[in-house]
Amino acid sequence: MPEKVYSKEEIQEVATRVRKNILRLTLERGGCYLGQACSSAEIFASLYTGILNLGPSLGSMDAIPFPGVPSPDNMDYPKGSLYHGAFQADKDRFFVSPAHYASVVYCTLAETGRISHQAIEKFNVDGWNMEMIGAEHSPGFENTAGSLGQTISIACGTAHARKLKQETGRVFVLLSDGEIQEGQAWEAFQAASFYKLDNVVVFIDVNGQQLEGYTKDVMDIEPLAARLEAFGAKVMDVDGHDIQAMIDASKVEHEGKPLVVLCRTSAAHGIPLLEKRKPFLHFVRVGNDEMDDFKKFYDQM
Amino acid sequence: MKIEVNTHEKNMIKWASEHPEAVVLSGDLGSSCEIKGFLNTYPDRYFSLGIAEQNMVSWAAGLAREGFRPYLHTFGVFLYRRVLDQLEMSVAYPNLPVTFVGFLPGIMTPGGVTHQATNDIAVLRNIPNMTIFDIGDATEIESVLQVAHDVNGPVFIRMLRKEVPRLFPANEPMVFNRGRVLTEGTDIAIFSSSICTEEAMRATKVLTEKGLSIQHVHISTLKPFTDPTVVETLKKVKYGAVTMENHVTIGGLGSAVADVIAEEGIGTKLIKVGIQDTYTHGASKMYLMKKYGLDALTLIQAVKNLTGKYFGIREEDLEAVRFEDYTAV
Repeated sequence: MPEKVYSKEEIQEVATRVRKNILRLTLERGGCYLGQACSSAEIFASLYTGILNLGPSLGSMDAIPFPGVPSPDNMDYPKGSLYHGAFQADKDRFFVSPAHYASVVYCTLAETGRISHQAIEKFNVDGWNMEMIGAEHSPGFENTAGSLGQTISIACGTAHARKLKQETGRVFVLLSDGEIQEGQAWEAFQAASFYKLDNVVVFIDVNGQQLEGYTKDVMDIEPLAARLEAFGAKVMDVDGHDIQAMIDASKVEHEGKPLVVLCRTSAAHGIPLLEKRKPFLHFVRVGNDEMDDFKKFYDQM
Repeated sequence: MKIEVNTHEKNMIKWASEHPEAVVLSGDLGSSCEIKGFLNTYPDRYFSLGIAEQNMVSWAAGLAREGFRPYLHTFGVFLYRRVLDQLEMSVAYPNLPVTFVGFLPGIMTPGGVTHQATNDIAVLRNIPNMTIFDIGDATEIESVLQVAHDVNGPVFIRMLRKEVPRLFPANEPMVFNRGRVLTEGTDIAIFSSSICTEEAMRATKVLTEKGLSIQHVHISTLKPFTDPTVVETLKKVKYGAVTMENHVTIGGLGSAVADVIAEEGIGTKLIKVGIQDTYTHGASKMYLMKKYGLDALTLIQAVKNLTGKYFGIREEDLEAVRFEDYTAV
C-alpha cells in the first residue's frame, strides 16, 4: 500500500487536529501536557507525513492491555516501534526523547492512520498501553525515554550500528530544549560528530520553557546553534510552526556530521488562551473558572 | 600454582573471531583493561567513546538494539556507580544483551576509593533483568564469555586482570548459577568469591589439617542466586557458614547467603567476612586484604567464632600454603 502524500494544507490540518484532540483530553481528564502539544504539533505532523520514510504500521489499531515489562520471559511483547513499520535497511527510525510528549505521538499516529482514534480514549487509562509518559511498549516509542538525555545516545548508537551495517535509512530523534541541559546530550553530540554520523537528524522543540519557568531563567542553553555547531553538528534554525521550513531543513546536505534542526516554537501556539500562563505550561490544568472559555475555543478549532 | 597473564585479552580476541556481532566499547581505559590487543586485532570493532560513560552505556543500548553485542570495557566502578540510571533505563529495563566488563573489583587497585568497585554487587543485585558474575581465576575468565552469551539480557562481569592465578582445572569451566565445590565437609560451610577464594583455600587447607570438616564452595554467579549447591551445603553443616567476599558485607555474597538461609528456613549461623561498611583507600592488594579483613587469618578467626574452637593457627602456618607470591604487586 503506497503511503499517502500530504499537501502542506493537509499537514497543517493534522497538526491542528492533534492540538485540538489534546485540548479535548486536557478538558476531559482535568489536565494534560498541553503546552508540549501546542509547541510540537507541527513538528510531529511534518515528521510523520512529510519527512520520515517509514513503512506501513505493524501495530495494533486498537489500544491493547499493558503487555508487561521486558524480561527474559517477555521479549516478544508488542513494541511501540511496530507503529513505525518494519525495520528495513532503507527505512528511517524515529526516537522520541521527551516521553512527556506521548499524547502528541499517539494523536499524530491516529491522524496519520497508524492507530485508531478510539485507541486514544485509552490514553492514561489504568492497565492499557497508552501511558501518559511513554515506554518501549507505547505506540510510536522505540525506547523507554522518560529519563531525559539518554535517548540521543541510544539513537546515535543505533545510527552507528546502521552505518556499520551499511543501511541507508536515517535515524531521527526528537529532543526538547530543556533536555539539552543534561550533560549526556553533549557527550552524545560529541561522539556523533566524532563518528561522522550523517545518518542522524535531530529535531529540537525549542519552546523556551521548562517546568520551573523560561529556560533562559532556569538554566540558559543559548546560543544553542553556536554550541551545537561547535560540537560538530550541521544546524538549521527554523520556525517550528512552519511546515515547509522544517521539511526543507530536513533535506539539507550534512555530509560527515549529524544534522540538527532547531524548531523555534511557542507552547501556546494555536491556543492563545494559554499565553497568559507562560512560562508555566509544563502540565496544564483547566479550572472551572476557565472551563467555559476553553470549551468555546475548542468548539471553534 | 600457575599464574596466567592477560587471559581476558586473549579470550576476547578469540571470542570475537567466532562472534562477528561482538564489538568492544572503551571508556578510555582500554590499555588498563587488557583490551589493547583487541584494538590491534580488530580496529574496526573497537569503539572508543572517550571519558563519557553515560553516553557509552546508552550508546551500547543502541548498538544492541541493532543486533550487535557490545562489551563495555572500563573500571567496574565507572560501569555502575556513575551510570546507574543509564544502566537501568537504557539497558536493564529493555533487557538488552549488553555485557559490562568491569575491572578492578573491590579493593584491587592502589588507585583508592574513586577506582574501587566495593559495592557494585549490592547495587546491581536488585536491578531486574541483570545477571552478575564475579570471576575467581583464569579458568573462569576463559569461560565467562560463553556463560554470559547464553544469558538472555544484560550481564555485569567483575573481571580480574593481568596476572591471575589458575585455581581451577582449565578443562572445568564455570557453570551458570552453580557453585564450585572445592572441599567437601560437614562441620562448616565456606562460601567465597573473587580473590577471596584463594585465601579461603589456604585457610581451608590448614583448618582441615587441624581436623575440621569444611565444605568450601566458590561462587561466581551472584545473580541469580538459586543454586541448589548452596542450599545443600547449608543444610548439612553442623556449626554454620562463613562467607568471604571482595565487597562490602551488606548486599553482596554474605547477604545473598543470608537470604537463602532465611527463605529455606535453615537454622544455621552465618558470619560475613568482607569489607565492613566502610570505604577503603589506595594501597597494595595484600596490604588492603589484611587491613580490611579479606585474608586467610581473618577467615580463621571467623571460623573460631563460629565453632568455638581455637586452632592455634598463626600467620607463619599460612605462609607454608601460600599459593601465590602476593608481594609482587
